[in-house]
Amino acid sequence: MKATKAKFKFDGGIHPAYHKELARDRAIETMPIPALLRVSMSQHLGAPAKPLVKKGDTVKRGQCIGEAAGFISAAVHAPTSGTIKEVGTAPTAMGTSAAFIAIEPDGEDAWIEGLEGIADWQNADTKALIAKVAAAGIAGMGGAGFPTNVKLSPPPDKPIDTLILNGAECEPYLTADHRLMVEHAEQIWTGCQIVRKVLGAKHVHIAIEDNKPEAIAAMEQAMEGADDDASISILKTEYPQGAEKQQIYATTGREVPSGGLPMDVGCVVENVGTTLAVWDAVVNGKPLTERVTTVTGMPVSEPKNVLGRIGIPYSDLLDFCGGLKADVAKIISGGPMMGLAQPGLDATTTKTTSGLLFLAPQETQTFRSMPCIACGRCVGACPMYLVPAELSQMLEAEDYEAAEELNVLDCIECGCCAFACPAHRPLVQHMKQGKSKVMLKRRQAQKK
Amino acid sequence: MDINNILITSGAIGGVGLTCGTALALAAKFLAVKEDPRVEAMDEILPGANCGGCGFAGCADYAKAVVLDGAAINLCAPGGNEVLELIAEAMGQEASAEEKRVAVVMCAGDSEKAPRKHLYNGVADCTAAAAVAGGDKLCKYGCLGYGSCARVCPSGAIEFKNGVAIVHPDLCISCSACVRACPRNLIKMVPVSKTIHVVCSSKDKGPIVKKACQVGCIGCRMCLKLAGDAFEMEGFLALRNYDIPVENELIVEKCPGKCIVKCGASEAPSPEATEPTPSEPSTEPAEATTEGQT
Amino acid sequence: MAEQDTTKYIVSTNPHAHSGDSVQRIMLDVIIALIPATLLSFHFFGWHAVRLVTACVVGCVGIEVICRKLMGRDLGITDLSAVVTGLLLAFNLPPSLPCGMALVGCVFAIAIAKQLFGGIGYNPFNPALIGRVALLISFPVAMTKWHAPLNTARWAALNWVDGTTTATPLGAVKTAISMGQPSPVAWGNTSMLNYMLGNMSGCIGEVSALALIVGGLYLLYRRCISWHIPVAYIGTVAAFAAILRILQPDANMPVLFHLLSGGLMLGAIFMATDMVTSPLTKKGMLVFGIGCGLLTMVIRRWGGYPEGVSFAIILMNAITPLINRATRPRVFGRKSVRA
Ligand code: SF4
Ligand code: SF4
Ligand code: SF4
Ligand code: SF4
Repeated sequence: MKATKAKFKFDGGIHPAYHKELARDRAIETMPIPALLRVSMSQHLGAPAKPLVKKGDTVKRGQCIGEAAGFISAAVHAPTSGTIKEVGTAPTAMGTSAAFIAIEPDGEDAWIEGLEGIADWQNADTKALIAKVAAAGIAGMGGAGFPTNVKLSPPPDKPIDTLILNGAECEPYLTADHRLMVEHAEQIWTGCQIVRKVLGAKHVHIAIEDNKPEAIAAMEQAMEGADDDASISILKTEYPQGAEKQQIYATTGREVPSGGLPMDVGCVVENVGTTLAVWDAVVNGKPLTERVTTVTGMPVSEPKNVLGRIGIPYSDLLDFCGGLKADVAKIISGGPMMGLAQPGLDATTTKTTSGLLFLAPQETQTFRSMPCIACGRCVGACPMYLVPAELSQMLEAEDYEAAEELNVLDCIECGCCAFACPAHRPLVQHMKQGKSKVMLKRRQAQKK
Repeated sequence: MDINNILITSGAIGGVGLTCGTALALAAKFLAVKEDPRVEAMDEILPGANCGGCGFAGCADYAKAVVLDGAAINLCAPGGNEVLELIAEAMGQEASAEEKRVAVVMCAGDSEKAPRKHLYNGVADCTAAAAVAGGDKLCKYGCLGYGSCARVCPSGAIEFKNGVAIVHPDLCISCSACVRACPRNLIKMVPVSKTIHVVCSSKDKGPIVKKACQVGCIGCRMCLKLAGDAFEMEGFLALRNYDIPVENELIVEKCPGKCIVKCGASEAPSPEATEPTPSEPSTEPAEATTEGQT
Repeated sequence: MAEQDTTKYIVSTNPHAHSGDSVQRIMLDVIIALIPATLLSFHFFGWHAVRLVTACVVGCVGIEVICRKLMGRDLGITDLSAVVTGLLLAFNLPPSLPCGMALVGCVFAIAIAKQLFGGIGYNPFNPALIGRVALLISFPVAMTKWHAPLNTARWAALNWVDGTTTATPLGAVKTAISMGQPSPVAWGNTSMLNYMLGNMSGCIGEVSALALIVGGLYLLYRRCISWHIPVAYIGTVAAFAAILRILQPDANMPVLFHLLSGGLMLGAIFMATDMVTSPLTKKGMLVFGIGCGLLTMVIRRWGGYPEGVSFAIILMNAITPLINRATRPRVFGRKSVRA
């Protein structure tokens, strides 16, 4: 096993202020279960789960309370034992409305009976392993939250030869994945081997940015004695090294074709948190009911990496971190580059809540955009090699055909362009709107 | 170095421009596709608003569709009955007259009456604003006031008063472009003679509406009691049934939600209504907003 | 948490972090980068430089404000770009030009070349260059009256003493060569050091290569410009001049003369790099720079005019949209540029 510098690097990218020092050295703390948990049925991309319980039911921890609805969907489990207080709809962190289940914990935190792991996973059947992952409701814990069992079952005509473990954590401020690697390297490596076995992938790359030497050291230690096809790939610290396509390129030199998926180039990328959840699901038989969320930002009294149940209201999470010590101008679910700004603290954590970030007024202002001054910085920053300046002008003029021709759909909404733009143009917002308009048009064309 | 050189240069550049221009103009003339004379005549009849209300790309497109593809003749709303009759005559069909419809925005929650829930900073467009954290109005049904409707209106009939869109019925040419543009589906086309409307679109229960807006429908059914079938309920929201006249106009005063209004063509929005941006200084999104370059 | 006034939270699309750069800051950096050249122009041309710089800056800013008012545009954003245009326009004027004429240049630069096209970001041509060319056409005599830098009485009189006019080095060479004199004669008695410092006749801001290069290095350090345009531009001129010199040493001036004597440094570092009117991509910038270099040399060598920098840049401005289109990068995961 060797830790080596990644051979490739995508063009573009940016160097934001990382501010990881706020929470980097804070060991993961387990948060006590709050008085009420609200578990959203919309935990990730794809179809929301269907509630399986009603008001007044009692549930045990790990009991399935939301059923996967459709192919790209994952089951939702009760994060603790207690009584169902309400089944209703509320705005999610994404700003859309979705069903939720409110649970009043009974304090016992009793697991449901009959959860069993596969201790001897090395010799287990692949199907059984995938079934365990699916039953545990695991969804990608890095950001988008693609259901993991779907990723683990690629169609037979797409053989996977490389598994990439994403520990880049390129988002500024966030340190949850870093702490996981430092504190749970062994389990992550076991989870990784399980995934590798399921996929039959020959190569494994653990991708970590070079600003996390501790995590690299911990993973190196955990991987003592691993075979030669497994390696740690040290990435240069640059945003967005953690983006799937850019990471595959950095570690293997392969470019995922436009509109394609990683499996088209024989790769699967899994977040380190996801792999840990896979370990828990397979070895211990436990469904995914908790995750580590970094609560951070200058105004937070004690920034922490919090291990908390799914469904904790953001306000409780903040209280656990000592509340605020200064004014807040912006609340973000996730990191500053791709996170979602929140109108308040009403939303609750989901399987994809990697961070809860508070920005002080001096860190974030409202901007008025100016006309593009054609400085080209967005072009230099775009890791997808688009020309955001031209696209944004086309989209502003509602010329969706032209934007489609210039590949607006390839935009990964990473935010590099808008970060770099001195004219403060709302480039990502234009891209998002343009993408949804173009997709809508395509769907309509298909119907005809 | 001397003036001659400069003159020659300018002359040359001007000459190139002139030649290209002429060539383009000639090309346009010679290469133009010959139009069917009937289509041309039909194009003359249509009002030329190019609003797209008929569902075609513009008046010329609709003219072609009517003459060549047998499209329905009553699709041009801006033309009204006059144009309809002319088309019918040209096509040798019967015209059945209908009352003119105008757009009405079914929301009255302006920046004083319906608070915002956060400070939106982004593209000044309703669709864009609605996609970020569900829109910045506390009421998730209300008018966002970023003027998506006004931008598509071919006749400039939509104005803004305190952050809420208002249609000027005299100017509206019934094209329904605004209806399609509004991400919150707030705009309805109603017969021009009807003047009493329920200007609220919130489907929420009373207590939630009360919190979000001072002029929202709280679902108390008072209107049904006072004016009978002229109103109907859809969930917690009262709707006006325009087929039945309102006998008891007292309801306008009695509606506890204060969301039933009477306004006629004569009562156009007041002249102070202007820009498609809310104007209250403290929460003024116009300040906080990156302006769309138009 | 207790009741919070949530209306104060800012909500926007990602990203929530920003580089901190602004158009204003970029313009400020350009102004800072122009300070050495401004001071040297004061040194060499005294009151006349002070007078022209003041007139152009005040004129451009004033006209910008008036235009915006007239056109009903927002006055809220002060982006300093008019100051930059004013400085650059002044730099492109001969020292003896009357202030009134300079103001006419401001009108052309700001009102016509910039605001008529829609304001900052929409102007296809560099406003300062349009101002200069417009002046050349309107006042050909005044615009081509050159003076050697004043050495003694530079702060004394506001009026030029008659009879001090000289030709610019490029002009002198052109005349000499056209009269069949071998070039080294025309090189004159000015030393290379003087050329570097700017102790020669010419537009007030273009003469000091040294000051302009210092400014350029500052801009590079601040990442306001990238090296592509200046290097491609100056490199092309150097290569072209070297080839000419090798082929016909008698009829052509040495490379350094071409680099230092005219408006090349000002053009390559400050005018061609104007963001709005130059290409977006690095590849495009190289093309742009090479194009500027070729055109400059063609005009200098074969044109009817001793200096070609302004015209070259304006011509390349005109095809910038084409260059942008032709140099779009290949999108990640695609074989070709287009969908
Ligand atoms: S958000 Fe899209 S356009 Fe902007 S840099 Fe990222 S991929 Fe490129
Ligand atoms: S970064 Fe902004 S100003 Fe610069 S080219 Fe891109 S859109 Fe235009
Ligand atoms: S108000 Fe609406 S229906 Fe009336 S003219 Fe304007 S866009 Fe058309
Ligand atoms: S009525 Fe007009 S301004 Fe109001 S939300 Fe709809 S489109 Fe926007």
